Amino acid sequence: MAIMKANTAGATRIAMRGIRKAYPGVLALDDVDFELHGGEIHALLGENGAGKSTLIKVLTGALQRDRGEIMLDGEPVNFAKTGDAQDAGISTVYQEVNLIPAMTVTQNLTLEKTHGRFGFISWRKARAQAQQKLDRLGLKVELNRTVGSHSVAIQQMIAIARALDDDTKVLVLDEPTASLDADETAALFDVMRSLKAKGIAIVFITHFLEQVYEVSDRITVLRNGCKIGTSLIGDINRQDLIAMMIGRDLGEVEEAFAGERRDGSGEVVLTAEGVGRKRVLAPFDLTLRAGEVVGLSGLLGSGRTELVKLIFGALKHDSGTLKLANGTAGNNPRASLDAGIVLCPEDRKSEGLVGELSVRENIILSMQAKRGWLRKVSRAEQEKIADEMIRALAIATPDGEKLVRQLSGGNQQKVVLARALASSPRIMLLDEPTRGIDVGAHAEILTLIRTLCEDGLALLVASSEIDEVVASSDRVAVLRDRRKIGELTGEDITRDKIVTMIAGDNL
Amino acid sequence: MKLIEQPFVRRILNGRAIWPLLALAVILIADGFISPGFYEIRIVEGRLFGNLIDILYRAVPTALIALGMAVVIGTRGIDLSVGSIAAIAGAMIAWRIQAGDPHGVVLLYALGAGILCGMWNGMLVAFLGIQPIIATLILMVSGRGIGMLINLIYGGTDPSFQSDFLQWLSTGSILFIPTRLYVFAVIFLLLWLVIRRTALGLFVEATGGNAAASNLAGVNAKLIIFAAYLICGLTAGWAGVILTADTHTSDPVSVALYIELDAILAVVIGGGSLAGGRIYLGMTVIGALVIQALTTSILISGLPPEYNLIIKALVVLFVLVLQSDNARRGIVSKFRRSP
Repeated sequence: MAIMKANTAGATRIAMRGIRKAYPGVLALDDVDFELHGGEIHALLGENGAGKSTLIKVLTGALQRDRGEIMLDGEPVNFAKTGDAQDAGISTVYQEVNLIPAMTVTQNLTLEKTHGRFGFISWRKARAQAQQKLDRLGLKVELNRTVGSHSVAIQQMIAIARALDDDTKVLVLDEPTASLDADETAALFDVMRSLKAKGIAIVFITHFLEQVYEVSDRITVLRNGCKIGTSLIGDINRQDLIAMMIGRDLGEVEEAFAGERRDGSGEVVLTAEGVGRKRVLAPFDLTLRAGEVVGLSGLLGSGRTELVKLIFGALKHDSGTLKLANGTAGNNPRASLDAGIVLCPEDRKSEGLVGELSVRENIILSMQAKRGWLRKVSRAEQEKIADEMIRALAIATPDGEKLVRQLSGGNQQKVVLARALASSPRIMLLDEPTRGIDVGAHAEILTLIRTLCEDGLALLVASSEIDEVVASSDRVAVLRDRRKIGELTGEDITRDKIVTMIAGDNL
Repeated sequence: MKLIEQPFVRRILNGRAIWPLLALAVILIADGFISPGFYEIRIVEGRLFGNLIDILYRAVPTALIALGMAVVIGTRGIDLSVGSIAAIAGAMIAWRIQAGDPHGVVLLYALGAGILCGMWNGMLVAFLGIQPIIATLILMVSGRGIGMLINLIYGGTDPSFQSDFLQWLSTGSILFIPTRLYVFAVIFLLLWLVIRRTALGLFVEATGGNAAASNLAGVNAKLIIFAAYLICGLTAGWAGVILTADTHTSDPVSVALYIELDAILAVVIGGGSLAGGRIYLGMTVIGALVIQALTTSILISGLPPEYNLIIKALVVLFVLVLQSDNARRGIVSKFRRSP
């Protein structure tokens, strides 16, 4: 404890105050403060879309902030590009290793700054410089081998070595352990601790909570673009941390829903028995009933999205059976659609919508796919359906002809829902239906989910927001470490019970 | 939310369609100055003759291939093998005529060969996931060799043939108008019906715009991509028929050489983007006409043929600059009313 105090008592290196950053339709950072001390490892936590990456990009000059100030060692700074931040001593290692696999370690380490005369490179000097960089981390790596021939862990270290200079003050590591095994992670942590001992401030972005407890001194949690809090790691237990990451105060709409839960007496429309896929999700059992909302809760990486995609057939299951009320489900999206199952994916931009097509075309796409290419939905019918949906879901667009990519996040999400609804489904799978959208649209979508359920649809809603799950679900399935660990029903659906299950017994 | 009425001039300038049409008009008007009798059309041997007819006539093979290419590009793909497919279709004609098949059947053989080639490309791209440029490069490289091998089947000494039916399709005329224009019109109409009157066009555009999203929305993206290459193979086969019947000889080495580049250009001039997601069949035809009009006018201008390719490149560059959003915004801002 004494040692930790000594570490965290370092001078303030970076102070970010009142940082705000908006993308079209999305407020990515809302008045966020962040402070980083010399000689500390500071974990930055939050679910997807919480604003971690945006905050780092603002810090390193990859993005320009809309408001707020950044102080480095007490001096205000404005980095126009990442090179400026680098020169000021802020280095970043991104999740995807930014090395050139086909080039040697020496070449990769000396890319930015080559040594030599008359435009010729002196490889002797380059090797010396590369060696020096590796020595800084105590790394033993063959300089003349290509980077690609080393393991991912070594590549990660080489990337860190490249980022470090004698005058590096701040090192940002974005998910450095995502593709490392336990031994490799331990080796990386040793390096991080030795850098910390040299007074370098390290920002450590990860979603592995046990690693946070193992290596960091302080944590800061972001959620939905806001800073939720900063704490010494010793002062916060795992449950509180999880609650900070995925908790949210209930809005009026959710409060109203939370009181009423249905008993699950509807007809069973889907039964999964031992459905799973190797290395993706352990086999699970799950039933969905008409007129019931099943919530899916778990941390990022726990297998929420994977479970939904396995049911939809977007990921093929290699064990178990998936039965529908009227037979066996197909193992692909097309067959699922025919069987009355629709998926509203988590990532609207890459998996949800076709940005270059109009609102109308996106809305009728699934419906048309279900009908087959020969039976075209007539233009008049398309317009009628699109107009109905635009009205019913209050999509803010002048008409159906606007390109979907020009809509705001919340309205895009409504188009995804509209497309699903237009195909007259019986089972709807919603993956993060309220991510990255404003409060108003949020409440509207939750109300819609409730209404659909009352109309007899079976819904499965995966969400990173625990209170939302608590508020809108009749039954909750909880996931941890790519495994379904249980279900909660009725009175048992509370934030505390879910958090306890997610945190596990190993605390 | 309020709709903003755009002034007429801006709406036209913002539109995609105006630039290729304008380019075509400028080229044709310039031709009037270069060659006084340019617009003259006479009737010779029961068929219309003249420069304007000639441009339409010669543009047919490129335009046919460009139609198929537009569909493939709509899926975010590309087909480099169209010239080779035309060569294979031509070789099929010479072979089957030598073998004594009825000439109607010979036509089916040639088109069938085109479809098979398209299916091969489609299989590589859609089902094996090979990048389109590489997948179609395979047939582009090997196709002309396959054509020569087909010629060898019957000895290979004389790949020329006589066929009244096929030559009528290519070089004949009905009511003073060249038959191949009718052929083209029918193919265009059928393709337009398939693309726009069924949902295929929407599926192609959805797949090209975002294959992953389309797949999750229930569109069978692989099948759609496969179908696009099949269509492209068919139109390339037709181009092979027209070109081969014109010379009544199978010449796999040089028939339709570099036609894939003209076809891609035609699609792009017509407003298609290599990033996929949109099909403009009509504008693609205009694109093919721009290219042919340019070639024809350089020929009649008396400029040495060496200039042909350079001038063509310059005009294409000009049209594309006008189409680029950045350049267009710059021009449009000039028309903005001062506040």
